[in-house]
Amino acid sequence: MSGLPSYANLGNHLWFYAFRTICFLIFFFLIFPILVIIPLSFNAQPLFTFTPEMLTLKPEAFSLMHYQDFFTNADWQRALQNSFKIAPVATVLSVTLGTVAAIGLSNPKMPFRKAITAVLISPMIVPLIISAAGMYFFYANIGISGTYWAVVLAHAALGTPFVIITITATLSGFDQSLVRAAANLGANPVRTFFSIQMPLILPGVISGGLFAFITSFDEVVVVKFVGSASQTTLPWQMFTGLREQISLTILAVATIMVAISICLLITLEILRRRSEALRTGRVG
Amino acid sequence: MRATAVRSLGFNKRKSRGFMSDQVMNSSGPMLAADGTPLKAKLARAERTQRIRAAVLVMPLFLFILITFIAPIFNMLYRSVENKIVTDTLPKTAAVIGEWDSGIDAVPDEAVFSAFAEDFKAAIAAREHTKLGSRLNYEKAGIASLFRKTGRRLKKFDFDQPLKPQFLAVDDKWGDTEIWQTIQQFAHPLTMGYYYAALDLEAGPDGVNLVAENQRQYLRLFWRTLWMSLLITGLCFSMAYPVAYLLSILPMKSSNLLMILVLLPFWTSLLARTSAWKVLLQREGVINETLVQLGFVATDNRLELINNTFGTITAMTHILLPFMILPLFSVMRTIPPSYVRAARSLGATEFTAFWRVYFPQTISGIGAGSILVFILSIGYYITPELVGGRTGVFISSRIAYHVLTSLNWGLAASLGSLLLIGVLVVYWLYDRIVGIDNVKLG
Repeated sequence: MSGLPSYANLGNHLWFYAFRTICFLIFFFLIFPILVIIPLSFNAQPLFTFTPEMLTLKPEAFSLMHYQDFFTNADWQRALQNSFKIAPVATVLSVTLGTVAAIGLSNPKMPFRKAITAVLISPMIVPLIISAAGMYFFYANIGISGTYWAVVLAHAALGTPFVIITITATLSGFDQSLVRAAANLGANPVRTFFSIQMPLILPGVISGGLFAFITSFDEVVVVKFVGSASQTTLPWQMFTGLREQISLTILAVATIMVAISICLLITLEILRRRSEALRTGRVG
Repeated sequence: MRATAVRSLGFNKRKSRGFMSDQVMNSSGPMLAADGTPLKAKLARAERTQRIRAAVLVMPLFLFILITFIAPIFNMLYRSVENKIVTDTLPKTAAVIGEWDSGIDAVPDEAVFSAFAEDFKAAIAAREHTKLGSRLNYEKAGIASLFRKTGRRLKKFDFDQPLKPQFLAVDDKWGDTEIWQTIQQFAHPLTMGYYYAALDLEAGPDGVNLVAENQRQYLRLFWRTLWMSLLITGLCFSMAYPVAYLLSILPMKSSNLLMILVLLPFWTSLLARTSAWKVLLQREGVINETLVQLGFVATDNRLELINNTFGTITAMTHILLPFMILPLFSVMRTIPPSYVRAARSLGATEFTAFWRVYFPQTISGIGAGSILVFILSIGYYITPELVGGRTGVFISSRIAYHVLTSLNWGLAASLGSLLLIGVLVVYWLYDRIVGIDNVKLG
């Protein structure tokens, strides 16, 4: 159906091209805002529009000064460091707990599976503002509000549903007889896990981990509520900047973020292919 | 059933007993395992081991979520009705004020005043009276200053004389029925007061009524959150449907390529996308500037595209669109094209074939995408806050305001609880109509 059959009439032709034009416009809407910030972040003038010099591609119209600002400004650097202090720890926590739990959940003998899954998935279902408000009150009650660990724990809780979902999806295509074969050959459960199950579900674990990482790395509401000013992360700093006075440094940061997401996308695509190959048995 | 049981038994016991256990059969009486115990008992034990093992694996995360997430949610629900401040600070007053009926006496009698004086004296010693005053001030303006003023004068009171006139001498507001009604209303450890406030209601002498039209704010915000979320969901649907369809009929190679255009925004930081919209839509932004350059718009008459409803709807539709495309695509990909062809060959027009044959098969994708977008959008805070201005913010920004700025936590908790109830109702309806298991992540 991707091309038109030879018997298509004028109406078919019109509809065919109209439909494609509509789709093109929607794709344009999706991607244009992201593409537009990249050249603007290299603007040599403090303007949020394309100067005539930029449009004629004069080299002096472009500059790296906003990137330089990002890498030398103490506030931005602190925010960057905080982001990299929080997100990896939260990711490790949610991946570890999530993987173990997903293996338990995919056991057909698991009691109360539906109810427990609902509880484990709930951080993804409840709107973020509600989670953030609830955590703010509760963490203040137990006296950990405003600490580094409060933010890490909160982010880990928000990240686990993604880990659970991706790993249970991977495990649903997992051949349980491999585990039995390993046990049959004398491997204990721990060894079976690390040498049989783990390598096979690894793509799911990594993509779940990436989801968890980006959830924490890109999160503002919870960190703003639960954390204190000394935990200011990159998105928080961007939020503050956008609210007060938007600067081109924010666009430079946004461009870096886009670059990060392109890397993530490529990693995920590689993982997806690998896991598909594993499932169809084309790779040994 | 039996086959699986035997298999799981074998899986469990093989290690300790070698390969023999499964094969032992006894021709008379119950089947016995190698060590002579009945096979049935061993099976039951093996299944129990399996169950325990699975539960032990799930337990750490379950407890973790219970403590870091479920407990905070319940804490918020409790906080939305919790109201211990009056009963804790004014215990004696709380015990006697219940007998006062504002319909009979405009002002409570001496018994209430003397109980109040004793409580108030203790509260001043514990420095609690200003806290209580500012809490009650949320309900009735003026109480905070009245409490402070009385707090300064109370040490001169003569506790052997009737206290009611002494209070009235400090400030005749103590003769105001509404002040005492407020105290009476909050003299229970649980209150609906925050919910009344969150729904623009007030409890007056003639029952619960809506507050004056010009003071209503939350109902308007709830309504705006609802209609804007519905509109955003509708816009996302109408844009996602053609795109998902195109992706599902194109050959693998080109559809994978086009998929990047969907996935890149999906994975790009929310803040990056919001800043992109801010750059595009602001007065000196790319769109306005281009329109001015092309001569469509006068320089002093630039379009107001941001800090209003339009800004929120545009940016949020963009941000949430991939959440609609991905589930729709995953459903459409599995629909075989032969159904529509069959309908066409049986004489259906193109529209009938689409509407009666293709569309019904995509319902589960539409449901999954719509609920995802709708739920995400009614709880959205960041984007409306940044591009919504005054007319484009949602109820979420009021919650954030009461948590972080006004510190009226009870009201924030009740607004949050109402939103949560709304979300749960949507899920419940969705589960009834479509079935919750159909929600997939891409």
